[in-house]
Amino acid sequence: MTDNTNHHDAASGADEPRERVIGTPSAADGAATATGDPHRRHEGPYPAEETHTRSEETQRKGERIAALWFLIAFLAGVGFFVSYFSFPPNADGDPSVADPGIAQLANVLLGGTLTLSLFAIGAGMTVWARQVLPHYEVSSPYDELPSSKEEKGSFSEFFMRGANESGFTKRPLMRRTLLLAMAPLGLAPIVLLRDTGPLPKDTLKSTTWEDGLHMVVEGTDRRITAADLDEVGSMVTALPESHDPEHGLSMNEQAKTVILLIKMDPQDFGPDMTQQQLDWTHDGIVAYSKICTHVGCPAALYERTTHRILCPCHQSTFDAANGAEVVFGPAHRPLPQLPVRVDDEGYLVAAGDFSAPVGPTFWDAGVED
Amino acid sequence: MSDNQAPPAPKALRGVGNFIDDRFHLAKTGEKNLRKVFPNHWSFMLGEIALYSFIILLLTGVFLTLWFNPSMAHTVYDGSYERLRGVGMSEAYASTLHITFDVRGGLLIRQIHHWAALIFVASLVIHMLRVFFTGAFRKPREINWLIGVAIFTLAIVEGLFGYSLPDDLPSGMGVRIFQGVLLSIPLIGTYLSFFMFGGEFPGEMIIPRLYMLHILLIPGILLALIAAHFMILWHQKHTQYPGKGRTEKKVVGTPMFPAFAIKAGGFFFFTFAVITGLAGFVQINPIHLFGPFTPTSITSGLQPDWYMGFLEGSLRMFPNWFDFDIGGYAIITGVLVPGLGFMGLLFGGLAAWPFVEAWITGDRRVHNVADRPRNAPVRTAFGVAGITFYGVCWLAGSNDILSHVFQINLYATTWFFRIFLILGPILAFIIAKRICLGLQRRDRETLEHGYESGTITQLPGGEFVEVHKKSSGETVHVLESAKGKDYTPEPTVDANGVESPASRKPMGRLRSRLAHWYTKDNVSFDGVEPHTGHHLHHGTHAEKEKVGQH
Repeated sequence: MTDNTNHHDAASGADEPRERVIGTPSAADGAATATGDPHRRHEGPYPAEETHTRSEETQRKGERIAALWFLIAFLAGVGFFVSYFSFPPNADGDPSVADPGIAQLANVLLGGTLTLSLFAIGAGMTVWARQVLPHYEVSSPYDELPSSKEEKGSFSEFFMRGANESGFTKRPLMRRTLLLAMAPLGLAPIVLLRDTGPLPKDTLKSTTWEDGLHMVVEGTDRRITAADLDEVGSMVTALPESHDPEHGLSMNEQAKTVILLIKMDPQDFGPDMTQQQLDWTHDGIVAYSKICTHVGCPAALYERTTHRILCPCHQSTFDAANGAEVVFGPAHRPLPQLPVRVDDEGYLVAAGDFSAPVGPTFWDAGVED
Repeated sequence: MSDNQAPPAPKALRGVGNFIDDRFHLAKTGEKNLRKVFPNHWSFMLGEIALYSFIILLLTGVFLTLWFNPSMAHTVYDGSYERLRGVGMSEAYASTLHITFDVRGGLLIRQIHHWAALIFVASLVIHMLRVFFTGAFRKPREINWLIGVAIFTLAIVEGLFGYSLPDDLPSGMGVRIFQGVLLSIPLIGTYLSFFMFGGEFPGEMIIPRLYMLHILLIPGILLALIAAHFMILWHQKHTQYPGKGRTEKKVVGTPMFPAFAIKAGGFFFFTFAVITGLAGFVQINPIHLFGPFTPTSITSGLQPDWYMGFLEGSLRMFPNWFDFDIGGYAIITGVLVPGLGFMGLLFGGLAAWPFVEAWITGDRRVHNVADRPRNAPVRTAFGVAGITFYGVCWLAGSNDILSHVFQINLYATTWFFRIFLILGPILAFIIAKRICLGLQRRDRETLEHGYESGTITQLPGGEFVEVHKKSSGETVHVLESAKGKDYTPEPTVDANGVESPASRKPMGRLRSRLAHWYTKDNVSFDGVEPHTGHHLHHGTHAEKEKVGQH
């Protein structure tokens, strides 16, 4: 640690070190020094030539300004409590923080008074430091860094003697078996993490979509007919119909099954659509997973003139007319396509599961680049 | 205050002091530590801002835990905020709304917590840049530098997890992107994701787990690291800038007691005031406007907290051109490189730098006097290149907004950033190094000739010249700190002209070539004595040439 007690000023406390050291306010405040007033004895704890004391007049002025700031801080602190109790939470008839407008006002008042109070304390302390306290240029030695040769040698010898005596160096059998004994214990905490989740297996590769499952508009339970998408260029976000209408789909199911239903002019389908992919459409209605194959944001933006699907997160862009292949951006692979057909009643239904695993591409997704 | 006599310690204080000392024998240690000297310079306050905002984060964080419910269980909101009444959401989101609209001062504390987090990371970054550019990471402070890098890394993770807790739409999207990056890791990605999330995304486990990490594990580690950082700093003392009386052996500044304690206390209140002021008057993360998270919807123009911006930008910029398959298994470089590689490059590079630089220069000396950035032009240029790289990534993170505001094609902005990510750092390196060398030349000139006084004198021959005046002692001292920069510890060639064995090996050759490159352009200050130039004949062509050579 620091070793600068050699700057101890004989005039101030070398005579009574114990009493002076602990909790004793030093006489730095107001003490005139050699640099300030040569006629006065230096009383500060640091050498006179390293202590640049302010004039008594500056100090007195500083004291008054600091006190003014502290008073402001006090008043602002009282203001904080007034603001707090002026806005009871959700009380009938009274202004309440439940109203967003009132919440903003309460926030401004609470924040404003607290800010003023904190700022004024800071300002007061700064005035104290800059006008009442002396300006110090105290010097203190840095530690000599490496220990001396003797110290190092002594330590090294001590340590090796101890190590030898302990047997740790001399008795390898004991040492090695101890290390062996530690290995399983070191692994235990990692093994204990095993039950934090199930193994992935093939869960990521399939969804709950199956042949004949109805599509509903996201956020509702309204089934979709082909006629709902009669206008070319229209797009709808859809989910599978829930088997359990009371609770709806779980978040996990939504995150995997959500699709974009896009109505296109069948003429517009490009050459990159295979015959199978065309068979998966119905009268120009094509369905793609809405979850981007990059890192999983919903690819929510559709531009009808260029039939491009854009993910707003990282701007992967997919061509809806060409099997949602990637035309720009970082995504690894096309959005998986969901086969679509119409059931006997005219409702749109899935004709099976997605053409590929949905969501962010993972290492064993089994998809070609 | 006006009494000049050192008063005897009051009895109560003496009692407390003796009570402690009787048990800990602290008198000597206590005095030594109260006498600790802190060099005076504004840039030493940057680390203080980080420390104080961390304290504010702890205080406000405790307050928020009193109401926050880290549960993903489904609930229907029936609190005070009318626009969301009857909407299904998670308990986490509902309890955040409760803090905002049903707890007095809740909104303020939430906003203080968020602003303090932003300022915490920002001050860490600026503090780190200060340490980097002034070479304050050099021996003996490399270990504290490493601790600092660890604090920086953890602070970003801590911020990301905190941002994810309220379970509003943008926060859930952040978690989704985090999971997407996890999934891309070859072989273990799917396992990591399933263990982290307790199954598929989003599951019901992630918020409780992130909550534990955010309020217990990571802050605990951060606290320990910050304490270690501070103890090492205290033990080794600060670096200081060159100046009169400031040497490698002696530090000059304000002592802890009484002055620094008061200054630092005041500065704590200022920091707190600025953060509270922001929280009171500048809205941040209005989760009630975003709505609860659903994996199926998103709004455009979403922006993460600033410190995640560079990751967001790199994910946007980096193309999928380098993705490949090994035996049917996808290696998704389009996510791995920007999502993990850039992070690794940034933190790995920062951590390695002190050791790389010491290896190149061979400088194993202890440094307590900080460099002026111009006197280490290659380091400074590297730093500026790094800032440029980071800055381009960061800006690219808002390319959709830039595209919208300036009506530029979205893809054009992506291309601009892709090109500039490579070109920018190179240009920045060259320009920064040139500026440093130019400043070195000016320093040498000022040292030799004094400063330009602005007084024009006519010589007997009719020539007009500007009179130069002597610089102050302080200036001379600062300028002379440039001496002895080009340090070669062990000559690679001995007295007989034989190369040392080490420098004949490939690594040795590389090292000496790098060492040469590192210092070759420095303006030599060897043999320059202050004010020995011709005061009146400054500025002739021949002299400029002389200054430029060495």
